[in-house]
Amino acid sequence: MVLPIDVPPEMLDIKHLRKSFGSLVAVDDVSFTLAPGQLVGLLGPNGAGKTTTVSMIAGLVTPEQGEVLIDGARLGGDTDPKKRRIGLVPQDLALYDELSARSNLRFFGALYGLAGSALDKAIAAALELVGLADRRNDRVATYSGGMKRRLNLAAGLLHDPDILLLDEPTVGVDPQSRNAIFDNLEVLKSRDKALLYTTHYMEEVERLADRIVVMDHGKVIADDTLDGLQSRVAAPAGGHATLETVFLTLTGRSLRD
Amino acid sequence: MALIPLLAMVRKDLQLFLSDRRSVIVSFVVPIAIASFFGSIFSGPGSNSEPARIAIAIIDQDASAISRSIVAGARADKSLKLAMPTEAEARDEVRRGKTAVAVIIPKGFGEAAGNAFFGNGEKPQLSLLHDPSRGIELAMVRGILTQHVMEAVSREMFGGEQGRRAVEQTLPGIASSSMPAAEKRALMEMLNSVQKFYNQPAAGGAQAGTGRRGLTMPYNVREEAMTAGSNIAYNGYSHSFAGMAIQFLLFAMANAGIEMLIERQRGLWKRLRSAPVSRLTLLAGKAASGAIISLMILLVAFAFAMIVFRVRIQGSILGFLGISIACAVMASTFGLLVAALGNSPATARGVTTLAVLMMVMLGGAWVPTFIFPAWLQQLTVIVPVRWAVDGLDAMTWRGIGLSGALIPVAVLLGFAAAFASVAASRFRWEEG
Ligand SMILES: Nc1ncnc2c1ncn2[C@@H]1O[C@H](COP(=O)(O)OP(=O)(O)OP(=O)(O)O)[C@@H](O)[C@H]1O
Ligand SMILES: [Mg+2]
Repeated sequence: MVLPIDVPPEMLDIKHLRKSFGSLVAVDDVSFTLAPGQLVGLLGPNGAGKTTTVSMIAGLVTPEQGEVLIDGARLGGDTDPKKRRIGLVPQDLALYDELSARSNLRFFGALYGLAGSALDKAIAAALELVGLADRRNDRVATYSGGMKRRLNLAAGLLHDPDILLLDEPTVGVDPQSRNAIFDNLEVLKSRDKALLYTTHYMEEVERLADRIVVMDHGKVIADDTLDGLQSRVAAPAGGHATLETVFLTLTGRSLRD
Repeated sequence: MALIPLLAMVRKDLQLFLSDRRSVIVSFVVPIAIASFFGSIFSGPGSNSEPARIAIAIIDQDASAISRSIVAGARADKSLKLAMPTEAEARDEVRRGKTAVAVIIPKGFGEAAGNAFFGNGEKPQLSLLHDPSRGIELAMVRGILTQHVMEAVSREMFGGEQGRRAVEQTLPGIASSSMPAAEKRALMEMLNSVQKFYNQPAAGGAQAGTGRRGLTMPYNVREEAMTAGSNIAYNGYSHSFAGMAIQFLLFAMANAGIEMLIERQRGLWKRLRSAPVSRLTLLAGKAASGAIISLMILLVAFAFAMIVFRVRIQGSILGFLGISIACAVMASTFGLLVAALGNSPATARGVTTLAVLMMVMLGGAWVPTFIFPAWLQQLTVIVPVRWAVDGLDAMTWRGIGLSGALIPVAVLLGFAAAFASVAASRFRWEEG
């Protein structure tokens, strides 16, 4: 006999999100879930609606339809404490170039109410994780692109959120820095964080993603594990499936049509 | 409103402002430099410096006793710097702006003026060639000249040869004129007395020759500049520093508004908005940091003026601080307005530079509003800068007490409230 048990709510549950800009429907009926210790890759070409989706999850953009549930509850406004459970790593390098890494993080931490030694500890831990501790007092303007990307990541996880929204966190980063960032994400996964990772590249999420959500023209066209996706795609002669081949298979057309 | 995020926003904006060397120089050094320059121009004459004389030229084509006496009077006048070129030279000098006014005394002026003095002659003409850009000086020369001409003509008519002749010629004519009998009698009596006066032997040197006095101004003027006190000089630096500090703090705040647009472009507002911070806290943080920066600009400029140019707060110190703070709050909410209404940083920059320049011009930051036409003076009460400049003038060299600060403070805070509410209602909160 099967006892009826309460299914615990998902940590992040996205239901039927829709958002349009004028006549353009940027996000159309997007739904997926995210669990602790899991990394979901949000895959799609330019303009697919990835950033708009992430913005709605973070509360930056109000959806026209649908809802974002965190542990089963909606965000209740600008100052809802549940916002602390979300950490946003924007696609842009959202940093103050003229300030040091430490001053940047002091500011971003204070936005979450961190102060005093708690703030100092959080800054030290975040800088340690992304390997910028020794450059903490240098102006961000003097950083390389890869270092800025790592600081951008550190700023998003300073307040120790449970859910991390990573919008193309490795754009313009060399393979070595990218590996460093991937190592950071492995650590976060092992700490039971839920990660949403946005990218154009299949190869990016192969290493880390437990599930892959593919978006095109605002719609989810696939939501599957890597293996599941691979099995649906005719991989070119024993090689890896790329976003290109996934696309061809799922939509019957090439990416840049 | 949460204190930790609010203080962090203020601290961060101050750090950013101070880390930008260009903005620091533009906000602190440039206003001091310009205000020092304008202050030295607009400063009233100090106790040890000569008043500026008006350059005039007289072309004496008459060479009569009266015209020579006018020239002598003008030469002795402390407000005039007299030259006596030819008419052609004078016209050229005036056209080039080297001479403010040239006076031509035509041939026969003395004779005709003497006759006109007793009321029965054609009035002769005095020509004034003037520089149209120097209307104030023309008016002054006109007034000064009246004095010297009246003195010269009356002196000659009551004591000189020409006067004696005029009376002799006039007396017989009265009997045959059509005047009423009573008036005839009175005029003849008066002229007879004048004739008696002429015929008296000169009693001592003071009564003779140039020592004779004609009509003089029946009063002397004691001028008292209504500043803070009887022994306090008007200090032009008070006004110029108030004006320039306000101009550049407005520029700094317009720039702060544009920086908010740049922050948005760079995705920083995504971080601000994803944090659990209210919209009120975000705007208040921006307004507070802007007000602090504005106040710093104003106070640094005045501190410099006090130390170097001996500008003093002759009125209420509390009133001065009140107006300074109200002005700083007004400016910082103006910055919020720029951020709320601006689209791209580039377009906002052009529009706000123009808006700030208009505000400071009309508000009297460059030139005092009293030289504006009356309708414009009335219109400029809708410009917040006007209230700030007038209020600071009142607290510094005018030496008005705290009561004189209340209305400017109230009006400036009113502007701030209006700016803030428009900014809050038009601000783009979505970060799509
Ligand atoms: N604020 C906005 N105003 C108008 N259109 C917008 C706005 N933001 C996004 N869009 C449009 O919505 C669509 C989705 O944009 P979005 O940024 O979500 O795509 P994306 O998948 O993140 O693309 P990329 O890979 O280039 O970052 C695009 O066509 C974009 O032009
Ligand atoms: Mg994007």
